Order: sequence, then C-alpha cells, then structure tokens
Amino acid sequence: MFLAEVLGTVVTPVQIPVLDGERLLIVRPLTPDGRRTGKTRVALDRASAGTGDRVLVVDEGNSARGILQDPKAPVKCVILGVVDYVDTETRVYDHRRPRAGKASK
Amino acid sequence: MLIGKVIGSVVATQKDEKLEGRKLLVVQVHNHVNKPLDQYVVAVDSVQAGPGDMVLYATGSSARQTTLTEGRPCDAVVMAVVDSWDLGGDNVYEKWA
Amino acid sequence: MYLARVTGRVVATQRYEGLAGVALQWIQPLDEDGKPMGEALVACSVVSSGPGDMVTFVDGREAALACPTTFVPVDAAIVGFVEQAVSKGVDLARVAGGA
Repeated sequence: MFLAEVLGTVVTPVQIPVLDGERLLIVRPLTPDGRRTGKTRVALDRASAGTGDRVLVVDEGNSARGILQDPKAPVKCVILGVVDYVDTETRVYDHRRPRAGKASK
Repeated sequence: MLIGKVIGSVVATQKDEKLEGRKLLVVQVHNHVNKPLDQYVVAVDSVQAGPGDMVLYATGSSARQTTLTEGRPCDAVVMAVVDSWDLGGDNVYEKWA
Repeated sequence: MYLARVTGRVVATQRYEGLAGVALQWIQPLDEDGKPMGEALVACSVVSSGPGDMVTFVDGREAALACPTTFVPVDAAIVGFVEQAVSKGVDLARVAGGA
C-alpha cells in the first residue's frame, strides 16, 4: 500500500463491465512528507475520496479482487481510505492543519 | 507486451527439469519506432517463432499463463509473431516488405 | 491502472491460440499532466479503442483477466475508453492532443 494525492477524475463511458458504476480517480503516489514519487495511476475509489484528498492506495491484484469480491476482476489499483494524518519521526501530515509538515523538526 | 527481434536461441543441456523441451529464444528488444535497443531477453517460444522474426513477448507472471509455461520457472514468453505495425497512421514495420 | 494514449496498431496473425480476435495496439502511458510517462508498450484492447484515443490500461497478470479467454500470456490490456480525465482542473482528454 502507499500514500497518494488525488489529482482528479476519469470518465470512461466504454469500459469492461467490471468497472461499471465505479468511480475512477487519478492518484499520484507521495512520500510521507508529501513529495512526489513513482508513477501516476488511475484507481478505483472505494473510500469516497475527492480531488485534493490524501489517500491510502493498494496496487496489487489479489487485494483488489478481494475488495471487489470478484475473482476475475482485471483490477489492481484501489483507494482504500482517506488519510486523516500521518505520524512519522520527523514530519507529520495532518489534513486539519495543512503545512504542519515541518513544524515538528 | 514489448516487441523484439529473435536473434538466436539458447541451448542448455544442463537445466531445470521443468524447462525440458522448451524452446528458448534470444530476443533483442526494439522500441516503438523499430530502433534496436541494447536490451536482451530470453523467452520461451509458444508460437513457433524463428530467427529474424519480429515478435511480441509478455513478461512477469503473465508469461506462465500458457500450457507450455504454466507452473514452470519462466518470466518471458513469445506470444505472437508480428506481421506489421503502424504509428499515427505511418507504417513502421512490414514483415513482407 | 494507468492513463495512456493509443499511438498505433500491431498486426500479428501467428499468435498464441487463446488470443484470436484480440486487437493489439501501441500505447504511450501518460502522467497527470498528459505527458509521456515511461516507454511505449503493446497492449490488448477489448474496448474497441483506436489510434489517438485516450484510454486506461491495466498491467501485470490481471491484464489477462480482461481478455475473452483469461488464461493467456498477456501483461497489458486496455480496459476503458476515456472521455474525460480532469487532473489539476484541466481535462487531459481535450488538451493533450491526439495522434
């Protein structure tokens, strides 16, 4: 699993049936202190996330198929939760106090 | 999948028994504009490809999803021989040209 | 899944038996600004996409699950045709240009 930021939405009127009724969001993986890392992905939203949210994402087939309860779903990337805050030794992300990141240094 | 040219085959008498009878091709990777790259892959053949053929190969656990490679130590499989491809309407590669 | 632009078509008549009738297309993965991200690759298409289209694709073993026959050696499959992709307030499907 990894932390990511939701950058926007994707609309796909023609798609495989498994995706019908699902919301797709563009997510950019982040380090705990908010730096960009890795490849930008499109994820299924199972946490009612929105643009600007920091989210918890899983990008692995078995987990995704478990969440969708469909053993044949060709899906890997799913948003599992909206992050309230991240505690690390030196930095903290807290959506209630934006830019609090460097305060605990 | 990626595209590459079959430049040879590997013969190994002493090998894992699960690879017995599998044809191993040496594939040089080409990019989308048909430029050969300094990247090589050894892949199990599933489509009777031969030297000089431009082929498509799949990697990772997908490579074990053939009757020839299922449950075997294989991470690349040739799954098609390419006849031609185009980019933005322009023909890039033509087998019979 | 990733965003990508379909850039070309691949013709291959001699192919693994379970792959008959599946379209093979070159795709260029895109980042959140609609710019190329990584190298181009070939993917199976099951949503009648074509050159110039913006699409979503899935990679790895899961890609085979999108194909008509699921036990096939496929590591990338186009699973959706993108009509709109809003990122940072910009619709990439409109501004990022076609083929």
